[in-house]
Amino acid sequence: MQKGLSVVGLRVSVKNGKRILDGVTLELPPGEVRVVMGPNGSGKSTLALTLAGSPDFVVESGEATLDGEDLLGLPPDARAKKGLFLAFQKQIEIPGVPLKDMLWEAFRARWEGEGRPSIVDFRKNLTAVAQSLSFHPSFLERGINEGFSGGEGKKSEVLQMLMLKPKVAILDEIDSGLDVDSLRVVAAAVNGFSKDCRSALIITHHYDILNYVTPTVVYVMKEGKIVDKGGPDLAKVIEQEGYSRWEAS
Amino acid sequence: MSKIFQEVRGLNEGVVRQLSNEKGEPEWMLKKRLYSLSVFESKPLPTWGPDLSGLDLNDLAYYVKPPAQTTHDINGLPENLRKTFDALGIPEAERDFLAGNGAMYQSEVIYERMKDQLMKQGVLFMSTDEAVKEHPELLQKYFMTRCVPPTYHKFAALNGAVWSGGTFLYVPRGVKVQMPVQVFFLFDHPSMGQFEHTVIVAEEGASVEYIEGCSAPEYLKGGLHAGVMEIFVGKGARVRVTTIQNWSKNVYNLVTKRAIVEEEGKMEWVEASLGSKVTMLYPASVLSGRGARAEHLYVSLASEGQVLDTGAKITHAAPNTSAYVVSKSICKGNGRATYRGLVRVNPGAKGSVSSVKCDSLLLDSASSTATFPAEEVYDEDSDVSHEASAGKIAEEQLFYLMSRGFSREEAAALVVRGFMEPVTKKIPLEYAVEFNRIVDLEMKGAVG
Repeated sequence: MQKGLSVVGLRVSVKNGKRILDGVTLELPPGEVRVVMGPNGSGKSTLALTLAGSPDFVVESGEATLDGEDLLGLPPDARAKKGLFLAFQKQIEIPGVPLKDMLWEAFRARWEGEGRPSIVDFRKNLTAVAQSLSFHPSFLERGINEGFSGGEGKKSEVLQMLMLKPKVAILDEIDSGLDVDSLRVVAAAVNGFSKDCRSALIITHHYDILNYVTPTVVYVMKEGKIVDKGGPDLAKVIEQEGYSRWEAS
Repeated sequence: MSKIFQEVRGLNEGVVRQLSNEKGEPEWMLKKRLYSLSVFESKPLPTWGPDLSGLDLNDLAYYVKPPAQTTHDINGLPENLRKTFDALGIPEAERDFLAGNGAMYQSEVIYERMKDQLMKQGVLFMSTDEAVKEHPELLQKYFMTRCVPPTYHKFAALNGAVWSGGTFLYVPRGVKVQMPVQVFFLFDHPSMGQFEHTVIVAEEGASVEYIEGCSAPEYLKGGLHAGVMEIFVGKGARVRVTTIQNWSKNVYNLVTKRAIVEEEGKMEWVEASLGSKVTMLYPASVLSGRGARAEHLYVSLASEGQVLDTGAKITHAAPNTSAYVVSKSICKGNGRATYRGLVRVNPGAKGSVSSVKCDSLLLDSASSTATFPAEEVYDEDSDVSHEASAGKIAEEQLFYLMSRGFSREEAAALVVRGFMEPVTKKIPLEYAVEFNRIVDLEMKGAVG
């Protein structure tokens, strides 16, 4: 059954270190785009990485489910196969493994049942998607993130999302370091992606991308907690006032 | 087929004479063998490299005649050998490439095709044994003369004394061989020695690519492979030699490879080392003419119990010569891969450039690597550089790929493949596919 992503009371600490998330609860129903906003250091990226299964963090308590099934007990690859995708904030370089080859193998591995497109059709589609993102096809031939600029790295993440078609995509600071044209292209891709009953969680501390994507819900995160929740207007307030209104009292 | 020559163990003058006689060789070759034997006996085992104490030179079969005669039809091959070829995808290689294709079964070439096509271009492609009979004057000019003389070192001398099989490939002036010439070597006898001797000559402006695959099934006792390869790259000629070595893990692989490269010629060595217990492999390029170039690309995967000692030996003997060396090694279990190289710039080799880059990937704490680069630079007006790095697979790389749906093992295998890519991209596709398959197998359980 499609329920989307559900996170309840998630407490997370750095491996052998301090607690970063202190009881995060949020929902991401199918077909929606929601946003988590918060100042630097509020734990947004920790949330994204923990949901994807990063070995750097330890879950102390709480739960996370995708369509009602537990995620936290699974290794990262099993989470991916259930339909979770993380667009990384940090560019991880994997030299010598061409992006197009990795994508084909990932695509092939997660396809269940009959009717899988051939590699030829896959490549055609890949080229078309790259074009829609103004992502130069030569980057498809390169090693993953090998010599990519910041902007190309972000587009590569979005490209992977569009090709792998996960149920839920978490986009960690997908907007940072993008020029206006790239931001538009990326935003359009997220809009298109979410039309197909797929959902996206945009994690950002900028308002800019929300000029092109309208979220259904905006969560405000501070010091490891969700401190507020509202409609798109809430993001506008943050754009004008910053996060001062949620100053700890 | 003589009963006596089914198998002969141990080495002495009598054995060498008998072997030469059995092959019906001319006097000059017998003399070469006997001289080589005396050099072999006078030289000690090298002690500067890997431990060779497990190698019993007296308990090796120095010549074993294969049960089949040279054949031009793969269906005429013995059943077990055909199965081996099938398992290794050799017929596919033939289908895909339709190029020169020969196989050395034990010590003699028994499977070779496309020879006719090469002959039309005036290319000579035959076993070195055949060349002794059919082109003695030509062979005598190149065989253990100025490229690899018997005095080069102990195992070159051993090969000179007891060599059998190998390829003679002669490409006349200006002839460009379009498809790679492929040869396959197989050990199929317990505790034997394999001593093929290959001579490749590319005359002025010629070009050719030669690919050899080596394999051996596992046996209880170890063997010795001490092959020799002598290459002559003429003015403006180009030769690429690719070796995919997958001997069983009890074979001592002590090979000698050397190329003499004339003016504006180019020599390329592509070495993929997967098998053997101990490998000592130091292909040498002597850049003897102005503007001569060499490229040495190595990839080694040293698993549990393996010591792979490889390197490039570059001699800049003329002005404006250049060499480019890339060595990629992967170590797992207690496997050890070492780079041991020498770059020498002779006086007067002005404007010469040498670049050596060695990267190692250690898959666990038991594996190890080392780099021993030696430089002898006698011309100030030259540029010699060496870079080395050693590292592990980063956890974040594994996490990234796992987040795309790859298992931890698959992720590690992908990173390893990517690491080797600068070398494997030079290997023809069907070999690269096979190579990656072997690497994937080796990676099973390699990461915790």
